[in-house]
Amino acid sequence: MAKITLDNLAHSYLPGATREEDFALKELNHDWNDGEAYALLGASGCGKSTLLNIISGLLRPSQGRVLFDGVDVTDAPTAARNIAQVFQFPVVYDTMSVRDNLAFPLRNRGADPTYIANRVQQIARMIGMEEQLGRKARGLTADAKQKISLGRGMVREDVNALLFDEPLTVIDPHMKWELRTQLKSLHHEFGHTMIYVTHDQTEALTFADKVVVMHDGRVVQIGTPEELFERPDHTFVGYFIGSPGMNVIPARVEGRTAHINGSEVPLGHGYGAPGGKVEIGVRPEFAELTENDGLPVKIRRVEDVGRHKIVRADFFGTELNVIAREGQNIGPDMTRVRFDPARINVYADDWRIAPDGGQTGPAGEAA
Amino acid sequence: MEKTLNQKAWLLVLPVLVLVSFSAVIPLMTVVNYAIQDAFAGEFYPLENKFEWFSMLLESERMWSALGRQAAFSAIILAIEVPLGIIVALNMPKRGAWASFCLVVMSLPLLIPWNVVGTIWQIFGRVDIGLLGYVLDSLNIPYNYTQDFLSAWGTVIVMDVWHWTSLVALLAYAGLQSIPDAYYQAAKIDQASRWKVFRYIELPKMSGVLTIAILLRFMDSFKIYTEPFVLTGGGPGNATTFLSIDLVKMALGQFDLGPAAAFSIMYFLVILLISWVFYTVMTNLDKKDGV
Repeated sequence: MAKITLDNLAHSYLPGATREEDFALKELNHDWNDGEAYALLGASGCGKSTLLNIISGLLRPSQGRVLFDGVDVTDAPTAARNIAQVFQFPVVYDTMSVRDNLAFPLRNRGADPTYIANRVQQIARMIGMEEQLGRKARGLTADAKQKISLGRGMVREDVNALLFDEPLTVIDPHMKWELRTQLKSLHHEFGHTMIYVTHDQTEALTFADKVVVMHDGRVVQIGTPEELFERPDHTFVGYFIGSPGMNVIPARVEGRTAHINGSEVPLGHGYGAPGGKVEIGVRPEFAELTENDGLPVKIRRVEDVGRHKIVRADFFGTELNVIAREGQNIGPDMTRVRFDPARINVYADDWRIAPDGGQTGPAGEAA
Repeated sequence: MEKTLNQKAWLLVLPVLVLVSFSAVIPLMTVVNYAIQDAFAGEFYPLENKFEWFSMLLESERMWSALGRQAAFSAIILAIEVPLGIIVALNMPKRGAWASFCLVVMSLPLLIPWNVVGTIWQIFGRVDIGLLGYVLDSLNIPYNYTQDFLSAWGTVIVMDVWHWTSLVALLAYAGLQSIPDAYYQAAKIDQASRWKVFRYIELPKMSGVLTIAILLRFMDSFKIYTEPFVLTGGGPGNATTFLSIDLVKMALGQFDLGPAAAFSIMYFLVILLISWVFYTVMTNLDKKDGV
């Protein structure tokens, strides 16, 4: 178990890259605290796996250092880092039995045979494969193989960190939920530092204490699920988290008022007069359809998802999503939309502006 | 619905039947014909015992020693070429311009006709003008493949290794290329040694192509004729007289068509039997693993 520090880290797959867009992972300073469970969330190709492979030592960063408890391990090979990592697609040793697969990492470290036998039994119970311990791993289903991969990741108790690279992609939904719960209880029990890469927000929000959101090779926000929902630091976070994501509307902001196409929207706080590309962000949950109060909208369609209704509307030529509570009637005379002023966030060039006038950005608290 | 009866469809099968008859069935039956009769001066005379040639051969010391030499030769070249091919494949670059370069260079020996290979080594090994023979001779190492049993065998084996290791290496390389990177990464995470990576990842993933490689090399080496014939002519004495060389001596040298035909049939059956047993055993092992 260790605190993992990323110091001035960046990576490019191209040799001698200097332009910022050549970097798969842009400059990053971050501490992964000992014993915390993190989710690394972002769209495919945003640099999540790159970051993970740098931490585990499968990839050497083109810039910066990786430290475990203050010790520089940038050039240390994977084996020396004592890290467990589970990959997206199952990796099992076909010719070995399930038992040997689970015991493999322990045997490679020369652990005591009786300890190995007990530990393997314990892990097998955890992944629900006690009965299959004796059979060969070849010919098992993808599900079962991935459970073995997970088990192999968890079998060592003394690892510095457990890294998961979208491990539940191939698992069926019911088992997914169960395994995620097991991982969480494992975390509570042993207190490993865990980093869980995913592009599924539900998975990220339910698994982690802290969610790290990445976009285009950069960490755009680190926070609790609540923070990500209430105050997205970047328009990408607002759009990526939530279903549907935050509405981002171009506006001109002056003090406590936003001007949209000539109409005025009151804001909960004062913002001065920000420059650049200014937008306001409102979650669909905090928008409400009315008959005569607010800005004009035209309802395009209504999707009933059971607990609530999602209204897709046309708002000055762009799409606007509104979540209507269950039971609320939506009629043809509802032609206006009202936003909750306290829940509106203001963005300049995609980064959130703090109400007092300060700005969060790549060099700010997020990094 | 009533099916239409159209016997003309048989005509469509006819070309295949004709082709197979002329390419396989008729020649094979001719050989059988020779094997159970006595052919002399263009006439066939019936044998008292239909299997006289077979029993004669089975009792002859000559055929058994040729078979022994043949088996030893196949075993030795398999024992060298398979591990060597795997080692070469493991050390070839995985991608990039060098990978293509290696592939081309490795394929070159496979493109050279058998008798040319024999000629190359025949000259290469000569003590008077051949590079290999001359160098060994100047180093006072006794080497003469025309007179010395060990020299002859050594040269024949090295020649075959030179000619065919590439085939094993290329097949093993194809097997290695199909292993996803994640396996190697997982092995690093699991702190597996280089040997364990080979034993538990690379070898199992190569087992399919290696089965084919061993089968091909076995069949081919068991039938070897041209190269040793050009190099040593089967000598010194009978030292490198393998089955097919012996067969040709019998059929064309002594003109013993009957025994030679019987020999051919047994030769064919032996290769068929060994290949079948090997393949069945290998595929059954695979199946057993799956349970």
